Amino acid sequence: MAASILRRSLLIPRCRAGDVAALHSGPSRRRAQAPEPIASGRRAGNCPAGERGVAPWVAVVGLEIHAQISSNSKLFSGSQVQFAAPPNSLVSFFDASLPGTLPALNRRCVEAAVMTGLALNCSINKKSLFDRKHYFYADLPAGYQITQQRLPVAVNGSLSYSLCVGGKKNQMVTRTVRIKQIQLEQDSGKSLHDDIRSQTLIDLNRAGVGLMEVVMEPDMSSGEEAAAAVRELQLILQTLGSSQAIMAEGQLRVDANVSVHHPGEAYGVRTEVKNINSARFLARAIDYEIQRQIKELENGGTVMNETRAFDYKLGCTIPMRDKEGKQDYRFMPEPNLPPLILYDTKSLPANTNHQQVVNIDWIRERLPDLPSVRRVKLVEQYGILPEHSFTLLNEDGLMEFFENVVRQTQMNPKKVIGWILNDMLGYLKQYNLKVKESPVSSLFLADLLNLLERGTISSSAANQVLEELWKGEGKTPLQIVKEKKLGLIQDQQELEQICQAVMEGHQEEVMEIKKGNQKVLNKLIGLVQRTTRGRADPVLVKQILEKRLSQ
Amino acid sequence: MLRVSLREISAALKEGRVSPTELCQRCLSFIKATKFLNAYITIAEDTALKQAEESEERYRRGQILGDLDGIPVAVKDNFNTAGIETTCASNMLKGYIPPYSATVVQKLLDQGAVLLGKTNLDEFAMGSGSTDGIFGPVRNPWSYSRQYREKSVQNSHIENEDSNWLVTGGSSGGSAAAVSSFTCFAALGSDTGGSTRNPAAHCGVVGLKPTYGLISRHGLIPLVNSMDVPGILTRCVDDAAIVLGVLAGHDPKDSTTVQDPFKPFELTSFIDASKLCIGIPKEYHAPGLSSETLALWSKAADLFENAGAKVIEVSLPHTRYSIVCYHVLCTAEVASNMARFDGLEYGHRSSMDKSTEVMYAATRREGFNDVVRGRILSGNYFLLKQNYETYFIKAQKVRRLIANDFVNVFRNGIDVLLTPTTLSDTIPYVEFIKEDNRTRSAQDDIFTQAANMAGLPAITVPTALSEKGLPIGLQFIGRAFQEQQLLTVAKWFENQVKFPMIQLQGMMDHGHTICHHQKSAFFS
Repeated sequence: MAASILRRSLLIPRCRAGDVAALHSGPSRRRAQAPEPIASGRRAGNCPAGERGVAPWVAVVGLEIHAQISSNSKLFSGSQVQFAAPPNSLVSFFDASLPGTLPALNRRCVEAAVMTGLALNCSINKKSLFDRKHYFYADLPAGYQITQQRLPVAVNGSLSYSLCVGGKKNQMVTRTVRIKQIQLEQDSGKSLHDDIRSQTLIDLNRAGVGLMEVVMEPDMSSGEEAAAAVRELQLILQTLGSSQAIMAEGQLRVDANVSVHHPGEAYGVRTEVKNINSARFLARAIDYEIQRQIKELENGGTVMNETRAFDYKLGCTIPMRDKEGKQDYRFMPEPNLPPLILYDTKSLPANTNHQQVVNIDWIRERLPDLPSVRRVKLVEQYGILPEHSFTLLNEDGLMEFFENVVRQTQMNPKKVIGWILNDMLGYLKQYNLKVKESPVSSLFLADLLNLLERGTISSSAANQVLEELWKGEGKTPLQIVKEKKLGLIQDQQELEQICQAVMEGHQEEVMEIKKGNQKVLNKLIGLVQRTTRGRADPVLVKQILEKRLSQ
Repeated sequence: MLRVSLREISAALKEGRVSPTELCQRCLSFIKATKFLNAYITIAEDTALKQAEESEERYRRGQILGDLDGIPVAVKDNFNTAGIETTCASNMLKGYIPPYSATVVQKLLDQGAVLLGKTNLDEFAMGSGSTDGIFGPVRNPWSYSRQYREKSVQNSHIENEDSNWLVTGGSSGGSAAAVSSFTCFAALGSDTGGSTRNPAAHCGVVGLKPTYGLISRHGLIPLVNSMDVPGILTRCVDDAAIVLGVLAGHDPKDSTTVQDPFKPFELTSFIDASKLCIGIPKEYHAPGLSSETLALWSKAADLFENAGAKVIEVSLPHTRYSIVCYHVLCTAEVASNMARFDGLEYGHRSSMDKSTEVMYAATRREGFNDVVRGRILSGNYFLLKQNYETYFIKAQKVRRLIANDFVNVFRNGIDVLLTPTTLSDTIPYVEFIKEDNRTRSAQDDIFTQAANMAGLPAITVPTALSEKGLPIGLQFIGRAFQEQQLLTVAKWFENQVKFPMIQLQGMMDHGHTICHHQKSAFFS
């Protein structure tokens, strides 16, 4: 019904040009960021020294990340949450801010925020408050966003993340960024600009969807660090299920605060880089902005406190005409929502309806293993390298795939990991598929590795079988081995004949070996394998050749 | 028949002395006959008749929904009514037909009540006269009463009969006039600073503002969310209790309603006054309080004392800061609440469409009157970062002090506070408009809005007629969620004072006589 009300008034005059860029960033809030000195030698030298040979520059990067909460319904209304639904099909009366409607807090969203807060080592505020943040925008129907400005649900946490450093990027280091706070807030709708008709179309499907704004302190110093921190956060959110955190679908939106200064001096003026909507561009956008500021300052210019958008086509940041920045949001307590009270087992009053309360301890007890814990377990349990554990977790579903294969094969996990990370991952990348879309199931790969492990096939034959399996015709590895005759030739007589034939065809080599040059033996073995297309049992072949050559 | 109480008409319906359809038709024709009062913005004739027919069918089958089945009611035009225009007496919402009903409206309908129409008010309930809406001012039925007319002739300073009509008070003046002129048996108002009690007092009816959080605000187009409460206007205290029983209770759609289940109650006629402790707040001896009202207040105190109750003067020391504090908090929330009216999703939209901003500005200028725009402006000023601490935070602290004043008084054994509802009886429209809306609101809310600040239940009971022959009401303020105690005291008082019924026989060319013997008034 709301949709039909809206349809009539969907068309509104186009915003002025400057507004357009601002639209895509979704709600976000500027806050005073007191520079805090960070005693850390590693930061110096991360950026190149100035051209005139003065002290090197140090960059300071802080992040504000909006993560869309994975929930069936919106933060304050019963409308469904769904990506790419028909425009204005998921709009309740409240979402369209019809007069007289009131917010009713979604418990699931609170639990998601508490879960995320706990996973990020935050203190959970047993009492938090909701506020209204006012600004006029076409996709903000109430004229204000309900957020948590005064007292957010979680504060004072930390996030550890790892990245590869060193010239060859082969050394892993772990760093920590402080989490200032996590607040619950509403998402805005979306504006779609119709240039031909000079109109803006409003889609309110997203309006009112729950967001967690995670504010990271400026503890990072490069795009790479920021990207690694965001990636780790993304993994944590996905592990918790508190957000799907898919950047391409806007479920994770990152704004970066960037400034540069000389070590020992006060922090520089910071800019805010918005519109970073892919992990790939995050590092690039930040690094571009750091370099831009350094260049600006070295050329005698100044950095302005402004909002800049990252243009991924041009690969640079450009200033946004930003009225929002100068706007006074006229924050006010949200009078329609009582304080959000959370309990722990100790403070939980007797006779409470468990549907009505959120128990922090209950959530804590049910937290899944976080990525960092899973990685340690993988290394300990399977003896794989730490960097392998990162790759396993970074690819959605790959860890489970690996563990399933290990469970179904006799092959040593240290050998299995090679097949997973080199061969399987290679194919996945080549065909641009996700693990769950792989035509090769963990069972088939395990079967294949078992054939290899039992000596039924050679490793080169195994590669051929895998290639066949990727065609996705549903044949088992054993079927393929049989059809393609890829099984090892273990028949002594047959191998004797083949070896004999090879020796006869290569008298020179035979003479060499007989003279004592044993190295040439390998060539003969290779020739036998070529003849058999890799199917000959290499151990057997060597035995036969040695025996015959010594005769 | 129309002038009886809700309880009496309910009995008549049950006994078959009148049918819902007949009753509805009578009310509708009476609404038309009293159209000049301007009490109604929308008369929902078709749906009302349909609802009455359905009710009649239920009576026929002996399956009525409740005490309200078949009873004609009216609702202030700032409550959403599905399918029926809801305007807030503003150009902004003129023609707006909401797709849903307010919880309180739905509860009335679920009980079988017949919704006659939507009553007039000040634009977005901002006012204390029911004079500042786009549909024009509401006229107080007492302007046409025999009681007032007779006195006016005696005083003889009235040249033109029609220019001397009186305001109802506000902002729920339409609802008060509707109940007072017998066009309905109960009406919903809203009460943010006194908007139900003020017009109820001026129109000689009972006006109840329940405890904040007892009744759902879902669907009430807000003025000040933290103070708004749906109000109940009826002819007597018993009727208010019946309607309260229907409306009260938790609503999942309004997170500020309390979870505790509400048990509807019936009021007893007799109380043991010796166990009662009545507080008389000394700060309510405010400048501008008419000597008549003061005298009446004092007589009422004596009445309780003579019945054996303890009557104690108490102090609510922060009362004098209440109005200015209310002004800051009210305008701030107004500024915020009105932000949604941008012409995009619903309501008025200006044809000026050069840019979104131009359209916003023009829409809001065309849609809101000066009063609304003025409050938005000052509210936004108070909320600016640089002013927030000085005004909003300070006002919130003062609000807490005001609320604590009441807590202290009730903690010290006071059961109910007795105060005037208004400074004096009502005045003619021509007098009223000599002051602007803001001044009037500040004056008229003086005794009522502290109860909103503290969220306490309060009820005005018509007490006596003034020298001019106009109603004066007194107010009882109770402990939070102690409606039963409050209403019991109010009913006892009501029984003692025997407020005279309005005599409107000259007002309409209606067949049946309204004439009724004036009951022996307790107060002259």
